[in-house]
Amino acid sequence: MIAFHDVAHDYGGGPLFRNASMTLEKGSFHFLTGPSGAGKSTFLKLCYGELLPSAGSVSLLGQDMKTMSRDDLARTRQRIGIVHQDCQFLDHLTVEQNVALPLSVTGRAVSAENLSDLLAWVGLGGQARALPPTLSGGERQRTALARAIIASPEVLLADEPTGNLDWDMSQRLMSLMIELNRMGTAVLIATHDLNLIRFAKTQVSTRVLRIARGEVQTAGADL
Amino acid sequence: MTRNDVTRVVVPRSGRGVWLVGLSAAAMAFLAVFALALSVSAARLAQNWAAALSQTATVRISAPPEEMAEQTAIVLEVLRTTPGITAAREMTDDEQAGLLEAWLGPDLPLDALPLPRLIDVTETPDGPDRQGLRLRLSAEAPGAVYDDHTRWRRPLAEGAARLRQLANLSLVLIGSVMAAIVMLASSASLASNAQVIRVLRLVGAQDRFIARAFVRRMTLRATLGAAAGAGAGAIAMLALPDPASGSSVFSGLGFQGSAWLLPLSLPVVTAALAWIAAKATALGVLKGVT
Repeated sequence: MIAFHDVAHDYGGGPLFRNASMTLEKGSFHFLTGPSGAGKSTFLKLCYGELLPSAGSVSLLGQDMKTMSRDDLARTRQRIGIVHQDCQFLDHLTVEQNVALPLSVTGRAVSAENLSDLLAWVGLGGQARALPPTLSGGERQRTALARAIIASPEVLLADEPTGNLDWDMSQRLMSLMIELNRMGTAVLIATHDLNLIRFAKTQVSTRVLRIARGEVQTAGADL
Repeated sequence: MTRNDVTRVVVPRSGRGVWLVGLSAAAMAFLAVFALALSVSAARLAQNWAAALSQTATVRISAPPEEMAEQTAIVLEVLRTTPGITAAREMTDDEQAGLLEAWLGPDLPLDALPLPRLIDVTETPDGPDRQGLRLRLSAEAPGAVYDDHTRWRRPLAEGAARLRQLANLSLVLIGSVMAAIVMLASSASLASNAQVIRVLRLVGAQDRFIARAFVRRMTLRATLGAAAGAGAGAIAMLALPDPASGSSVFSGLGFQGSAWLLPLSLPVVTAALAWIAAKATALGVLKGVT
């Protein structure tokens, strides 16, 4: 699904990380962890092409990111779901309109029944007509998750999806992503919350990547 | 929501630039109506003047009073026998007084003035051999001068053509300013909606879709503004004196008959212009957004 080959990235002040290689297989479940500022969000942005690597290559769904046209990149993003740390909503649209965006911008039919079921599945059945600024932190995260999965993505990328949520809500959101993974979606979650990783490990087979001191390594069982 | 519904609502409505486009389009369309009127009127005036002065000529006979009748008869005979002349008629005293009234006032005592005799000549489309006619007249009636109105007609036609060129140039300038305003407003709108663009790109929207959302808004505002401006301009034109009345200096300015379709077409032309300008700007700006 996603493959990094000797990827390095820097913002001009020296490499954030270098020689990063990893493969995200179909149906796999990965965590990406590391201290704040280590480059977790950058790593995810490289995964979906918001950034290009300074060196090495990133392949997304079989296509090299560097050789993709803008339309190719857009079409590829239609096959992945992204949950942002800050959610990234269109605040003037309702929850259901935001959730339906991945389908409606590509001309795919949005079934009212499916949309309603999805919102109920993430616990937002009563918030369909609400505007994002009126939602709580947990509701915003679940709305972002619903939007990320409405188009049945092959890959789900989530950047600190449980940041600012209490433990109960974090567990609930993680359970939703685990359920999605069981349905075949490859999942990569960037988080610094080790408790969350431990919780997931009790329910699903996961691999943990750790970014530290400019290196991306596979973490051991010492979490 | 269908794709068209999303295109309609995906860009927030609050952009001031969009309203400025509407107002600018209204002002530009209002001005364009007058520029169009000037262009159309200049063309019509040139045509009218040309039609009025072509195929007509005047023979002016300046002779002592005792020879005037004889020379007039000779001139009329020469004209009657000249190929290319269809009619020649001696103007009456009243007609001559009417011509001079504009310059010398009414109740003109023609008898007290040594006026030349005028003969109104109508020519065929090809006209006579003017050089030959002048030679014959100078030989048989030395006081007769043949005037084919060329010296009047040429400056009038040139003036009308120049006026029309200026009006057309004004239309081009108005269109250019309108396009520039749309491009600036589109750039501003895209810049102020960077977050919208980012979200749309993240959910897989292609540039064409994003551009369409912005272009649609700009085109709609520009078209509505142009419709309002063109409507106001048309009403203002209707308030001018009737072109047929000939009652004032403005009487030649305005639209007649099918020419009224021109101001009515301004919203359509503005829509096309705004669509092209906004789309080019949007696609250009979006190329820089990942």
